Amino acid sequence: MSDPDSRYLLRSRPPAEKLVDISFRNLAIAMASVVAIVLFSILVVVFQGSLDSMARYGWQFLVTSDWNPVDDQYGAGAAIYGTLITSLLALMIAVPLGVGTAIFITENIIPKRIRDVIGLMVELLAAIPSVVLGLWAIFVMEPFIRPGLELLYQLFNWFPLFSTPPMGPGTIPAVLILVVMILPIITAISRDCLNQVPPQLRQAAYGVGTTRWGAIINVILPAAISGIIGGVMLALGRAMGETMAVTMIIGNSNNFSVSLLAPGNTIAAMLANQFGEADGSQVSSLMYAAFVLIVLTLAVNIFAQWIVKRLSLKY
Amino acid sequence: MTHTLSQNLSGSGPDLSYRPFLRRNIGSGVLSLIAAIFAVIAVLPLVLVLGYVIVQGGSKISLALLTQLPPPPGLEDGGIANAIVGTLVVTAIAGLIAIPVGVGGGVFLAEYSRSGWFAQFIRFGTNVLAGVPSIIAGVFIYGTIVTSRILFGNAYSAVAGGMALAVLMLPTVIKTTDEGLKLVPDDLRRAALGVGASRFVTIIRITLPAAFTPIATGVVLAVARAAGETAPLIFTALFSPFWSDLLTPEGIFSPIATLSVMIYNFAIEPYEFHNELAWAASFVLVVMILALNLFSRWLARFAAK
Repeated sequence: MSDPDSRYLLRSRPPAEKLVDISFRNLAIAMASVVAIVLFSILVVVFQGSLDSMARYGWQFLVTSDWNPVDDQYGAGAAIYGTLITSLLALMIAVPLGVGTAIFITENIIPKRIRDVIGLMVELLAAIPSVVLGLWAIFVMEPFIRPGLELLYQLFNWFPLFSTPPMGPGTIPAVLILVVMILPIITAISRDCLNQVPPQLRQAAYGVGTTRWGAIINVILPAAISGIIGGVMLALGRAMGETMAVTMIIGNSNNFSVSLLAPGNTIAAMLANQFGEADGSQVSSLMYAAFVLIVLTLAVNIFAQWIVKRLSLKY
Repeated sequence: MTHTLSQNLSGSGPDLSYRPFLRRNIGSGVLSLIAAIFAVIAVLPLVLVLGYVIVQGGSKISLALLTQLPPPPGLEDGGIANAIVGTLVVTAIAGLIAIPVGVGGGVFLAEYSRSGWFAQFIRFGTNVLAGVPSIIAGVFIYGTIVTSRILFGNAYSAVAGGMALAVLMLPTVIKTTDEGLKLVPDDLRRAALGVGASRFVTIIRITLPAAFTPIATGVVLAVARAAGETAPLIFTALFSPFWSDLLTPEGIFSPIATLSVMIYNFAIEPYEFHNELAWAASFVLVVMILALNLFSRWLARFAAK
């Protein structure tokens, strides 16, 4: 500092540069806040929209299944039941399939090249739009499985779950198409979790003389279980909110039926179907149903995030 | 103990060769077979759906189909051209909203506040928003934009549809930007700041370009996903059997046809030709989306080299 060559003098930034710097920072903060604003507005808009219906029906709305725009009487019990039963059944089928596939493509049973192709195909399945799956379900899958459903009805019509004749669209086809939709999520997340298990664990298991599946069941799956459960919960959230494919194949019946062969409804399908043409208290009731759907999916998603954080094993 | 030890030393140890018919080895083999069958079942839907879309939809592609308007119900002459244009327009609007906002938000998370409470809160919010069902995005935009006619008195419009899709794209863009920027080595930042660059210049000239590929990959995937979404568009962009007049602002402020809504509408109609158009529209949509997906994969591989 004592012998300042003027070129090397420390100078402070010109105000214009400072201004740009600070404005850019504030712009970034503003854009990050958009997420919070959108999320908050979604909750407010849907909650406010449903206030009328909440005041009118209260908790009864959740358990009565009388949805009748003509008499202006609404209860979303059937749709809520449909949402839960379709997503849970889909999960029951998709979890073994997805985790099994993930194990198959992370183990060295067959050459890596083929496994990579299977992995790629499952990922591409996730890219197919749900409306295209719905179209396929209407014209290809449902006619194909109908004889099977007929048989199911003839053999088991004494059992409440299969007590109505299949009429085309129904709960079972919707469950099957949901399986197709959530399978890629479960497979992809399980695969990532299995790949992250440290190789030393497997080597140690083999070292003490276990078989391949002894190692998978006793060592590798337990190490990856937190991530897999998180993935399954995310898939459950996706299944509950899935709209198009389900709307196209579930039959959109407002009547409650315990039978899986009968047409049913889900909250998302009901929204897709009726929201455009609804007015008055029907809009409010649909908003109430949408609010229930948001609460369900948010709960599942937050639980998924929590479980991943909580259960993850530290090595 | 001493017995086995002496046995081993004398060279007549236990037989260590793999015995495939041991009970546990058979059990392991059976489980491997079951896993293989599951993998085949998991791949089957893609093969079947793609097969039908290519056979049923691809076979109907013709110049007329790609350049004409859909016919009124019952008539058998026309195409899906307005829906192709509409999908491009609505997706572009969504991208124009979601990409700048998402990249900006991601820059904040990765460059300004990695672990502050606000950043944690935004990260949490991003994950929650990513889990919001797509139909809810439609309900939200319907409740705020469509019913209030806030867009110059227009209710259903291409812009409203684009906004609904933007809500769905936003979390993906933020997440990929955040993760992409985190991969940029801190040395680069320190070097830039060390030679006197401001934060702004460091981000714009150094870190964002360095993270371009992972961000671009994520953005392309988000665009691909948005292009196929239907539920948020049914009661925001609605549908239109006509051309949208895109040369005037009227075009983007009025209802617009999109491939996905066209598939939905035409699939549940009883008219055979409309059903065929739905298959053709599926083919075009699936080709567009798979192309975007493969492009993003290529981008990622291109970066790895």
